[in-house]
Amino acid sequence: MARAATTADAFNAVAEPRRREILDLLAGGERPVNDLVALLGLAQPLVSKHLRVLREVGLVEVRGDGRQRMYRLNAGPLKPIYDWVRSYEQAWSRRFDRLDTVLEELKAEEDGENDHDE
Amino acid sequence: MTMTSSRRAVVTLPEDTQILITREFDAPARLVYRAWTTPELVRRWWSGDRGEMTSAEIDLRVGGTWRFVMKANAGFEVAFHGEYREIVPAGRIVSTEVFEGMPDAEALSTITFTEADGRTTMSILVQHSSQEHRDAHINSGMEDGMQEALDRLEEVARSLR
Repeated sequence: MARAATTADAFNAVAEPRRREILDLLAGGERPVNDLVALLGLAQPLVSKHLRVLREVGLVEVRGDGRQRMYRLNAGPLKPIYDWVRSYEQAWSRRFDRLDTVLEELKAEEDGENDHDE
Repeated sequence: MTMTSSRRAVVTLPEDTQILITREFDAPARLVYRAWTTPELVRRWWSGDRGEMTSAEIDLRVGGTWRFVMKANAGFEVAFHGEYREIVPAGRIVSTEVFEGMPDAEALSTITFTEADGRTTMSILVQHSSQEHRDAHINSGMEDGMQEALDRLEEVARSLR
């Protein structure tokens, strides 16, 4: 199954490196937009634009806190991305399990050679 | 041998055009490198559970080529080839990588072996030329996975007859 090709999905939202940085920052906890502006070193309108995209796909939630608007991560929409990559990961895991067996044999061989040298 | 979380293959997508695969091995880097670059050893692990390797050719020098062919359990053959760009024994291998079913999608893969306390962390960074090619690469893994699942289902169904 191919990933959805719509522009308003989580895949598209996290395709932008700055938006991934925002998600990384929010993974550490809720932050006001000013914090994000300072940490990212970007102009506020640009940060707000990225936050809007992330909100549209549900990756970021916002709540008013006095004059500050607080943003926090909602990782749920990342699950389809995780699922998409996971079966590729499983194929590699099975391959590496076999490589483990080969490596155990190579180690045993080396140990055998070393014993022989002594 | 205990399985810890660090022994699990981890796949991430650092950029739209990249795939990063990392895994730790309980062996020194020289052995992981040997298992990765010796045809008779590659034949034993590269196909995983997905089929049998029918060919592994490795000309391990800068400008040399490699080609791996696997006959998948489902009956079809898949082949990959590439050219070595950089070789640091037990340290790093940079090579191109082409899935022959999709010859336009040439990727550049950088494999890094990092040893600490006799264990080796291997990372494979696959750089594609476009997001479409990257996504197609991952989807191909997924189709294999689905194929396997279907094969298992068939086995189970047969056992019930």
